[in-house]
Amino acid sequence: MAKVLVVTSGKGGVGKTTTTAALGAALAQQGQSVCVVDFDVGLRNLDLVMGAERRVVYDLINVVQGDAKLPQALIRDKRLDGLSLLPASQTRDKDALTDAGVARVMDELRDKFDWVICDSPAGIERGATLAMRHADVAVVVCNPEVSSVRDSDRIIGLLDAKTARAEKGEAMEKHLILTRYEPGRAERGEMLRIDDVLEILSIPLLAVVPESEEVLKASNVGSPVTLNNPASAPARAYADAVRRLKGETVAMVIPTERRSLMSKLFQRRAA
Amino acid sequence: MNLLGFLTRRGSAPVARERLQILLAHERAAFGRSDLVTVLRKEILAVIAKHMAIDGEKVKVTMDRGGDVSTLEIDIELPTTPATPALATA
Ligand SMILES: Nc1ncnc2c1ncn2[C@@H]1O[C@H](COP(=O)(O)OP(=O)(O)O)[C@@H](O)[C@H]1O
Ligand SMILES: [Mg+2]
Repeated sequence: MAKVLVVTSGKGGVGKTTTTAALGAALAQQGQSVCVVDFDVGLRNLDLVMGAERRVVYDLINVVQGDAKLPQALIRDKRLDGLSLLPASQTRDKDALTDAGVARVMDELRDKFDWVICDSPAGIERGATLAMRHADVAVVVCNPEVSSVRDSDRIIGLLDAKTARAEKGEAMEKHLILTRYEPGRAERGEMLRIDDVLEILSIPLLAVVPESEEVLKASNVGSPVTLNNPASAPARAYADAVRRLKGETVAMVIPTERRSLMSKLFQRRAA
Repeated sequence: MNLLGFLTRRGSAPVARERLQILLAHERAAFGRSDLVTVLRKEILAVIAKHMAIDGEKVKVTMDRGGDVSTLEIDIELPTTPATPALATA
């Protein structure tokens, strides 16, 4: 029985798809069987970030509507055993996703994998609530920026109200991934600090992912960042996040600014 | 920037933090950021359980927050034979 995880944020462009691909690949790299599911119907991108865009034949809507069987739509990753993708439709509307159809597909996915990761569309409308509906665990992706924090707060409210778990009166496990974090700017007071965001949102921290050119490099070549450059700072943050999701205790690494030797010397003399 | 400005400058992040705290306090009150539904469900269940045996699964509480109207829907399926009340009436 899989654990179903939703990657959500409210706001668009904060790093949900990047995070979905990275967590999915990292879980597979750590020996788990994983399916990443693109719920961003009409604006699918997970296939592109995963490098599978030319292999899409059937999609989530085809399976939900019964026009294709789940195994026909699943795309198995060529680099990583155990990693599969269920792409979204590029042309159809999200209204083609029926509640009952999605529930049935999620049940089928649960039987097949250890983990199912749902990449949510932006917004707080039906697309986003459908993506979170069957989740056991939520990863809220947030940037240290006012509008992103505000939207995360709204999404946390929805997770406690609109999910199947919440409706049954069960607790919804929620974790925060703070991403695109720039330690230098936070230190200089130009950007919200980690503890500011944690205090405001008050959900546990799963990872701090620094702003990094490695993310763009990885998406350019269609490879999750954890696979493309496992030694890079964002990849390590995501790999640690996955260990925590699996229940391991891992010390939190907070990104720090890489200072030049000159500024270090200068600071030491000034101190 | 003058010297005083340079020394007292703390950046704009503290302002962001304060604005968010004020705004979210309002929005949480308006949208109900809490597990209010869960709490309500638990308490409703407890009240009913005082008077009859009831299956926890049979109490459904849903809240819909709209722009103009919000609704709280409580759906309780009662057992066919009402069990003996736990509280004796005097
Ligand atoms: N840690 C990061 N460092 C730098 N760029 C990032 C990082 N995370 C995401 N991005 C970039 O931000 C943009 C939006 O990311 P994406 O994952 O598509 O967001 P979403 O799915 O939330 O809309 C992309 O161009 C992506 O490459
Ligand atoms: Mg996306």
